[in-house]
Amino acid sequence: MIRYCYKGEGLDGIARLAQGHEAAFLVGLYRSMLRIRRIEEEIERRYHENQMKTPIHLVIGQEATSVGCCAALRTADLVYSSHRTHGAYLAKGGDLKAMLCEMHCRANGCAGSRGGSMHLIDKVAGMAGTSAVVGGAVPIATGAALAAQMKHEDRVVVVFTGDATTEEGVTSESLNFAALKRLPIIFLCENNFYSVQSPLATRQPPREIHRWAAAHDLPVALADGVNVLAVFQATQAAVARARAGEGPTFIEAPVYRFRAHGGAGDDSRMGYRDEAERAEWERVCPIKLLETYLTQRGLIQSSTMARVEAEIRDEIAEAFAFALASPNPVEADLYRHVYAD
Amino acid sequence: MPWDEGLVASLVYDRPDPSEGRILTYAQAINEALSLALDRDPAVFVMGQGVDDPSAMFGTTRGLQQRFGTARVFDTPLSEESMMGVAAGAAMNGLRPVFMHNRPDFVLLAANQLITHASKLHFMDNGQTTVPMVIWAAIGRGWGSGAQHSQAIQGILLGVPGLKIVMPSTPHDAKGLMLSAILDNNPVCVFEHRWLMRKDGVVPDGFYRVPIGKGIVRRQGRDVTIAGASHAIELGMRAATMLAADGIGAEVIDLRTIKPLDEEIVLESLRKTGRIVVVDTAWMKGGVCAEIGCLAAEKGFRDLKAPVARVGLPDIPAPAGFTLEQFYYPDAARIAASARELMEW
Repeated sequence: MIRYCYKGEGLDGIARLAQGHEAAFLVGLYRSMLRIRRIEEEIERRYHENQMKTPIHLVIGQEATSVGCCAALRTADLVYSSHRTHGAYLAKGGDLKAMLCEMHCRANGCAGSRGGSMHLIDKVAGMAGTSAVVGGAVPIATGAALAAQMKHEDRVVVVFTGDATTEEGVTSESLNFAALKRLPIIFLCENNFYSVQSPLATRQPPREIHRWAAAHDLPVALADGVNVLAVFQATQAAVARARAGEGPTFIEAPVYRFRAHGGAGDDSRMGYRDEAERAEWERVCPIKLLETYLTQRGLIQSSTMARVEAEIRDEIAEAFAFALASPNPVEADLYRHVYAD
Repeated sequence: MPWDEGLVASLVYDRPDPSEGRILTYAQAINEALSLALDRDPAVFVMGQGVDDPSAMFGTTRGLQQRFGTARVFDTPLSEESMMGVAAGAAMNGLRPVFMHNRPDFVLLAANQLITHASKLHFMDNGQTTVPMVIWAAIGRGWGSGAQHSQAIQGILLGVPGLKIVMPSTPHDAKGLMLSAILDNNPVCVFEHRWLMRKDGVVPDGFYRVPIGKGIVRRQGRDVTIAGASHAIELGMRAATMLAADGIGAEVIDLRTIKPLDEEIVLESLRKTGRIVVVDTAWMKGGVCAEIGCLAAEKGFRDLKAPVARVGLPDIPAPAGFTLEQFYYPDAARIAASARELMEW
């Protein structure tokens, strides 16, 4: 039984929103999504080798939300995320080698091997932090927005959340506070319909999440989560509002994860969701959709696609080799940074 | 006016000697510390439920909003967890929040953000972010405060890495430790005691700091050590006076900070006295009493002439009613009796 259908416009939606965008911009979005996909696939392929001793939460299927959102941000803007953080980290410009070193528990990982896959950080890129507790990053991001406002900085904060995040009281508290203080923050809810293996219907009454958010008296939007341009457009509008001092926005982007909540591979066959449902969403794979549009319109040549694939493949191979050759932490590292000086 | 104001106003403390300097109440000393910190550094701000109301958090925040504006001194929604995260997020991005709570009981609503986030983020991201924030609350007692308005939670937080906890006992320290806490680059819990708010003391003008992590000897003695912090020191000093009448010399150690703990001041006193009574405003189990007791056993065993004694709260929730409360809270006489027992070993 297909419980959660795709309700977007598919290729038509891409075609509609692509109007007015340069081909180079569209190809850039395509390349960013493809790069995340290929990195995730390589992590997945190598996961059983046990070199990456860290829980993984793959974003395969959800690349459009990360890429579409971050394309509307500047480096100085801050992104906070949840446990499923690879996409946001990479889309915001996080360093791939530092990420893979972190996942391989190496001393030169982006968090010095104290964070792992769920705690990717790259402050230079504006990837400011994550929380492995659902909803944990939401108030922290709200506080970052308060700091930006109090310091009169031209900076917008985005916090990536999931559907289950909206069930945590702290999220409601944070929306209330952000609306009260008109903070420059965007709550981007990637609604993938499942919290681990619990479907949305067992957790929330049958109403759209963005309608719940609207009760906190802030503008809300529903963006097609498989359409990178829809996410870009919604984020761009929210960013403009935030920069103009008009306060926060909540964006719901329905999307589907093609893999299990955690680990490699899909776990639909365990029975909590129908494999036909995944197959349905795979037909509107965000990367495939944009690729179809680009090839149909002749905006990308097969030679370009081959070159992009090769570049990505080389970059990934080099980054994995770098990580595997990187040093492990030493015992003295454990005792550092418990307290700040 | 807070509902226990009459009770707190009726408490009798020793009057300080005016010739020793300017006298302020404990609450006025905190107010002065906040005012100085707000004045010195635009990154400092004060938030909390009712910080701008007429009661002004027992007087500690009086006048601050008028002087520093609504952007830097503001009331909050009743959203403890989110507000703790907001404070942490602001701290991670260049500000120095002071998040004030009427009672520690309400800090428990924010345990996730305090324990699982603010205290650990500096470690988790390998030192790339600091979280300089102050979490302030006043422990309640009496007039029906009961099980949900008088919890002293320092023992619960003692085992949280990355957190600092200070518990001043005098107006001088309340000001100096608050200034240290605000300038510290870590989350610092400042737990005051409601019963100390109107206590007078000599408080120097201007900016000064009392170092975090350093205790102080409040009274010298050769026979028995009484160690604790906050309001427990008030009781400990009274007990020492009682003991002196019996010819027993009690040394009173004010820990000032319970995490990180000044172990050396305790062990040094123990080397002299060989006996220790640990006093605390909270439960004895798993708290300050237990930790200092363990310290004595672990690192001061050679010096012990008698078992470690603990005087704190029993493993029972605080009752609300007046009579039950008299059985529940230890007083100076109980501390003195405990010390006398140690002398018999």
